[in-house]
Amino acid sequence: MSTVPIEIGHPSVQHWAEPGHADHRSFLRKYIFSTDHKVIGCQFLIMSLTFLLIGGLLAMLIRWQLGWPGTAVPGGAILGDAKAPGGIILPEFYNSLVTMHGTIMIFFAIMPLLVGVFGNWLIPLHVGAADMAFPRLNMASFWTALPAGVIMLSSFFVTGGSAAAGWTAYAPLSASPELSGVYMGQKLWCLSLIVLGFSSLMGAVNYITTIVNMRAPGMKWMRLPLPIWALFITAILVLLAIPVLTGALILLLFDQTIGTTFFLPKDGGQPLMWQHLFWYFGHPEVYILILPAMGIASEVISNGSRKPIFGYKFMVYAIVAIAFLGWIVWGHHMFQSGMNPLLGGAFMTSTMIIAVPSAIKVFNWLGTIYRGDIHFHVPMLNALAFVAMFVIGGLSGVFMASTPVDIYIHDTYFIVAHIHYVLFGGSLFAIFAGIYFWYPKFFGRMLNPTLGKIHFALTFVFYNAVFFPMHNLGLDGMMRRIYDPNQYEYLAQYQPMNTFISVSALLLGASQLIFLFNFLWSLRGGKKAPANPWNSNSLEWTLPSPPPHGNFPTMPTVYRGPYEYSVPGREADYWPQSEPPGEPERKAAHREEVHA
Amino acid sequence: MDWGWLMSEPASTFGSKIDSIYYVILVITGVIFVLVEGALIVFLLKYRHREGRRAEYSHGHTKLEAVWTIIPFILVMAIAWMSMDVWLEAKIADGHAPADALPLRVTAKQFEWNVTYPGPDEKLDTPDDFVKRNQLHLPVGRAVRVDLASEDVIHSFFLPVFRVKQDAVPGMVIPVWFEATKAGEYPLGCAELCGLGHYRMRGSVTVHEAAAFDSWVAEEGSAPAAETPAPADTTGGGAEAAEAAAAPGHDHQQPSSEGEGRA
Repeated sequence: MSTVPIEIGHPSVQHWAEPGHADHRSFLRKYIFSTDHKVIGCQFLIMSLTFLLIGGLLAMLIRWQLGWPGTAVPGGAILGDAKAPGGIILPEFYNSLVTMHGTIMIFFAIMPLLVGVFGNWLIPLHVGAADMAFPRLNMASFWTALPAGVIMLSSFFVTGGSAAAGWTAYAPLSASPELSGVYMGQKLWCLSLIVLGFSSLMGAVNYITTIVNMRAPGMKWMRLPLPIWALFITAILVLLAIPVLTGALILLLFDQTIGTTFFLPKDGGQPLMWQHLFWYFGHPEVYILILPAMGIASEVISNGSRKPIFGYKFMVYAIVAIAFLGWIVWGHHMFQSGMNPLLGGAFMTSTMIIAVPSAIKVFNWLGTIYRGDIHFHVPMLNALAFVAMFVIGGLSGVFMASTPVDIYIHDTYFIVAHIHYVLFGGSLFAIFAGIYFWYPKFFGRMLNPTLGKIHFALTFVFYNAVFFPMHNLGLDGMMRRIYDPNQYEYLAQYQPMNTFISVSALLLGASQLIFLFNFLWSLRGGKKAPANPWNSNSLEWTLPSPPPHGNFPTMPTVYRGPYEYSVPGREADYWPQSEPPGEPERKAAHREEVHA
Repeated sequence: MDWGWLMSEPASTFGSKIDSIYYVILVITGVIFVLVEGALIVFLLKYRHREGRRAEYSHGHTKLEAVWTIIPFILVMAIAWMSMDVWLEAKIADGHAPADALPLRVTAKQFEWNVTYPGPDEKLDTPDDFVKRNQLHLPVGRAVRVDLASEDVIHSFFLPVFRVKQDAVPGMVIPVWFEATKAGEYPLGCAELCGLGHYRMRGSVTVHEAAAFDSWVAEEGSAPAAETPAPADTTGGGAEAAEAAAAPGHDHQQPSSEGEGRA
């Protein structure tokens, strides 16, 4: 491998971001229209946590209806007569709830949390750059995402209500207002996601350029922290997948507004074409929603175990393999759609293969904690929960990948359980791990660890109480997106289980208030954060918390990978990436290089 | 009622084959689940921080990586291989259904299932055809072939007990087949979100003994066609009635069109 130092940041970027100079920016430029990646990361954080809260409240309404069908939601009268007369949720509003819960959680909570927040927070600091390659584009990315969110929320207030065709928006239901009863809402849904797509593209271009061009001297590809590898591959997926969705959304919008029939069977349209386009985007999207989470978990688990990540190279190869295979598995969402069953067989095979790199990652996390020196700090607890829950989500995926078994469990609560084990048990626990881990770096205060542990324990227990029994409901044949399962005699007997899930869901929701309180209270009341509270290795921990505008006072030089924990012969059990090696260590490093 | 991981008793010929694949996957994933989560818990307890002990300094083990790449690969390929035959049997059989299958037509629309029966001559599109709404009757021990269509949006024809699920897509006629192995009353549901009445788009399946089915057909076939649905008298919300009548579900009178029906 070549050891030529890589050119870093464009000189002009370095110049304006010269740290140590007095910061003369106005309040508006500093906190609102800021081009500082750290501030933009925090802006994305506030936006996406707000959407996480809204998406969660929608879930509470869904669970109310399923737990106590046809009874008034406490305080539900404020929803209005068109949605819930007297607080009793109407079927059309229920469809709107499941649609908007999925849409908001995927596009406005998990995706911006992983990509918007951690992409912005971590990429320049981890590669040793002053900021993103295109700071103004970065600012534009946030200020495009926010209006997209506002458009999405506004659809709740238009006549006919918000979109109600599911987050997958299958045509013709989504394309024909007279069949769905939703008029403006579905159009706003399309418009919002088209606008959000531009935001994602601006982010992706920025991330890729920054990671390729702006790595500090010595920051070789195989010395990048794993969150950066994950975000790099994710950004490539975003860049290639989002335009497919945007194109499909534009066609869908045309079908609704100017009388085209791309997805309507009359006049030659194809309903299945929507599904192919949607899932051609949608499956890479699944990995957009999990790869950065895997990166964060790797970082935190190595730190918490005080041990180098097991099989760094294989972790990288697994990410790359997932990214390639992720493009050829979309048909597994369509086994029962009317797509040729022979094609289904081919998609089953590719889907089975993609389980392998995920398995490799799990085994490497186990390898990392094996013979470690495990510190159960709050980020570590959440990262371990990520691994434990991702195992369940991965294994339940095998059932659905098997086409004959999928005949029965497709579109049942089994898939609802599966997606929540991946997106909540997986992504969200990793997001919590990441927030607990990096909050001190960006807000200058520690989150309260006791509250953090209580929040973790309650979330872990209630989360499993909510989603684990859903596997069983699915095996009992309960379809998803059903307003009232008691309509079916064979499902009515499971009402006690549905009520149990709903009680757990309300408790799960309430537990998040602890996190909200901790987050807000610690901003001022938290213990002042030292530069390196977790004794971690990557570059950001050499800087004060929070780092100054422009990040690094002098260009850091990187001497080693980010996971050099418990190196024999060193007193400290960590070894910052930019700490110059001593003489004996230099010799050892030389020997290693020769062997490599 | 089953609160666990067992499947309900299947009532179709391929149902038990599907279930056996399910159980194989359940055992494989169950074992992996116990081993992985068990190892996780053991490691966490055993290697928790203690004063004076350091973590082992190791960057990995290439042979181990190879082992835990190859073993999962073999397992998932075995599952795919096992699944393939049953999948093709359930979805395609010999040319989409056994040759002697009883032909039926199911046309879905918001929010009902209209079943066209071939009548005593067992041929569709002949004068003795008759239609029942939300009632699927069939004989035990004989394959039925359902030509599935939709008049408006996508619905999904879900017969849990027979392990049958197939989306009904407007503009396509999709063949579905199965053979009931037990007489009785079973549920029929819609598994694809199809609008505000999705949750109540259900029907019943009645599996008769062979002789009883023949007499049911004779009885229904001679009755005045009161249940034949006129497009206007539906519960589906009115506006689309005229359109629904013109929708492709009614155009596909030839069962031979399934070839083009596949995307």
